[in-house]
Amino acid sequence: MSLFETARKIYPRRVKGTFRSLKWLSMIVLLGIYYAAPWLRWDRGPHVPDQAILVDLVGQRGYFFGIEIWPQEVYLLVGVLILAAIGLFFATALLGRVWCGYACPQTVWTDLFVWVERFVQGDRNARRKLDESAWTLEKLWKKTLTHLIWLLIGAVTGGAWVFYFNDAPTLFSDLWHLDVSWSVLGWIIALTLSTYFMAGFARENVCTYMCPYARFQSAMFDKDTLIITYEAERGEPRGKHKKGESWDGKGHCIDCDSCVIVCPMGIDIRDGLQMQCISCGLCIDACNSVMDKIELPRGLIRYDTESNQRQRRDGYRTLDIAHRKSGKTVVPQQKMRWVRPRTVAYALILSTVGSLMLTAIVLRPMTELTVNHARAPQFVRLSDGSVRNDYQIKILNKSHDDRAYHLSTQGLPQARLEVLAAGDETVETLHVPANSVASFRVRVDTPEATTHGRSDIRFLLSDTQNPAQNSAQNSGKTPESARHDSYFIR
Amino acid sequence: MSDAPEPHKDIDSHSGVETTGHEWDGLKELNNPAPRWWLIVWMLTIVWAIGYWVVYPSWPTLTGHTKGIAGWTQYDKLKHEQAEITQRQSGWLGKFHKASFAEIKQDPVLFEFARAGGEVVFKENCAACHGAGGEGRRGYPNLNDDDWLFGGTAEDIYNTINVGSHSTHPNTHAVAMPAFGAVMGREGMLTPAQIDDVATYVSYLRQPVASEAFTRGQAVFQQNCVSCHGEGGIGNRQMGAPRLNDAIWLYGGDKATLVQTITKGRAGVMPSWQSRMSDDSRRQVAIYVHSLGGGE
Repeated sequence: MSLFETARKIYPRRVKGTFRSLKWLSMIVLLGIYYAAPWLRWDRGPHVPDQAILVDLVGQRGYFFGIEIWPQEVYLLVGVLILAAIGLFFATALLGRVWCGYACPQTVWTDLFVWVERFVQGDRNARRKLDESAWTLEKLWKKTLTHLIWLLIGAVTGGAWVFYFNDAPTLFSDLWHLDVSWSVLGWIIALTLSTYFMAGFARENVCTYMCPYARFQSAMFDKDTLIITYEAERGEPRGKHKKGESWDGKGHCIDCDSCVIVCPMGIDIRDGLQMQCISCGLCIDACNSVMDKIELPRGLIRYDTESNQRQRRDGYRTLDIAHRKSGKTVVPQQKMRWVRPRTVAYALILSTVGSLMLTAIVLRPMTELTVNHARAPQFVRLSDGSVRNDYQIKILNKSHDDRAYHLSTQGLPQARLEVLAAGDETVETLHVPANSVASFRVRVDTPEATTHGRSDIRFLLSDTQNPAQNSAQNSGKTPESARHDSYFIR
Repeated sequence: MSDAPEPHKDIDSHSGVETTGHEWDGLKELNNPAPRWWLIVWMLTIVWAIGYWVVYPSWPTLTGHTKGIAGWTQYDKLKHEQAEITQRQSGWLGKFHKASFAEIKQDPVLFEFARAGGEVVFKENCAACHGAGGEGRRGYPNLNDDDWLFGGTAEDIYNTINVGSHSTHPNTHAVAMPAFGAVMGREGMLTPAQIDDVATYVSYLRQPVASEAFTRGQAVFQQNCVSCHGEGGIGNRQMGAPRLNDAIWLYGGDKATLVQTITKGRAGVMPSWQSRMSDDSRRQVAIYVHSLGGGE
């Protein structure tokens, strides 16, 4: 009794066809975006980096074209993650595992690595022979070259990753002069090795054993989801077929195993839908080219829905074969039900979260105020009997120019404000440099009064130079840049 | 021993694996060998441990412990880390060292450097008595308010930190409130009745309410207290005599406490910090305390 099954190595054969071309296209587009995106520029004025997509960990800012995110707004990332997840569910409900087959990095890089393997060592049979042969000089150089190219692709992959976190041109020249920090180098090495391992060795095992999405995607499937189907009614009983023989009593599947040989997951789609199937459509291309050769209509294996399959079961095999051999494909029209409760629900969630995100980004305040009441001591009694409360005030100036703010309070008419800071700062003009946070200790004094306990006060912050830019939340009163409720203890 | 039953191997019929012979409610434990990778990792950890004993200090001995060939100690590590920190601070510390209090107040970055450093030093050394935020407690001044016995400018605070109060420093603030009552078998300078009157007087200094006791107390005050506490209890910083006509009390302003203070006297102690921390640290603390809001 063995406790585990050794994974057999898969040698996918080359295939040509519609879906293979689609896969090449999506690979080129996606890899192009991945490698080129950090080099895009986006002018944001002085003081601010001009990289279109940048996660500035040191400066604690995220930049995405016209959008700028501070650590305080990191909840927007949650929205992005929700959008990504629901978007994936939506696409899955409509088109099945189209993400897995065409867009998943694991698929894309594995595809690239297999292409390298094929380029150096030849196609399926040649590769298998090479693996089984003894170590000759030829085997040595072919294997070495393959792995070298893999490592190179891995290095370029890891190298591109770090550009998203640094100014790309600067980092590139630094890399060129080998003048980079250990963290950058560490990331490059780690991602080089992970790419090399994942796309070079783990490959389909990632989808089969590691990926959680592959496990729960069936929960998003229903009978109207596009899956890869094998038309058993038409294909069975399968068997070899010689040219010119009658098809009577035979299924159209000639058992050539093309669909199995090209499958990157190493499964036989004719056994029906399986968990491993990533819906990449290569078996469709393989089967269609065989059908073309033996002059039968395409579509024995194809993208289809379970309900379509069921509806076609009756009467399909009564179609006249001779008529079909005339070159016209008489595949009954597929009917897709795009609008179903499931897809409508996903679309609704998508649009809701999307519009919430958009609102949050559009209405993003350029000034924020946070007020923390000093805890020790909660209040101070002064010589003349008046009471003082200390507050730690933080002003976030998210605009790209230096500003001065006026801080005032509401709720305690006799309150005197004073700021404790170096230089000549006063509460009438608190200077906050562009794109930064300033912290002030502000004391609020009120004369000795008869009342005791807590009183609520509200801090108001207004922008002294750009009153027009203040949000007119409370028209008629002082325009305010930000406000914050706190309390005053006697 | 000879009549001990022969141990027989119990083979589990389902898997064909020998069992350990343990059984709970019909469940038996298979005696499978540990996985090879697990065994290898385990061996490696043993090898690692032995290597560790050789390289690092590890085993206690009668006279101390084995030293290890790397010569590593926690003290060295600490020293290196401290040196690194000092190295990192040296740029600012150099600037700070040369700047006067007034100059520091004008330079936001330098001020923040001093304030932050002072806060750390304060929490380590001063918070035990003065509280984490300098809020003080009975007998220990609140450093947030505007009442200062020896002056509230940064220089004054710095000086007080240096010399302390009733400390061992030659220039320490050394004036004490004498005991006016009968203590230690000695006859008091004032009778309990007089002390009661003057306590009444002092407790009404902020908002005078004329009464007979108040008037009697006023006379006692004029004779015995004015020399230090000044006319009407305005205090005297030269002496370190507190203001008595304000709302702030170091030991308490209720009458019972005042009677106790006058009877037995007070002499608050603050150690001198001159020999306990560097001059830079003392100046940083002075700036931090000054920035708490009561500074003058």
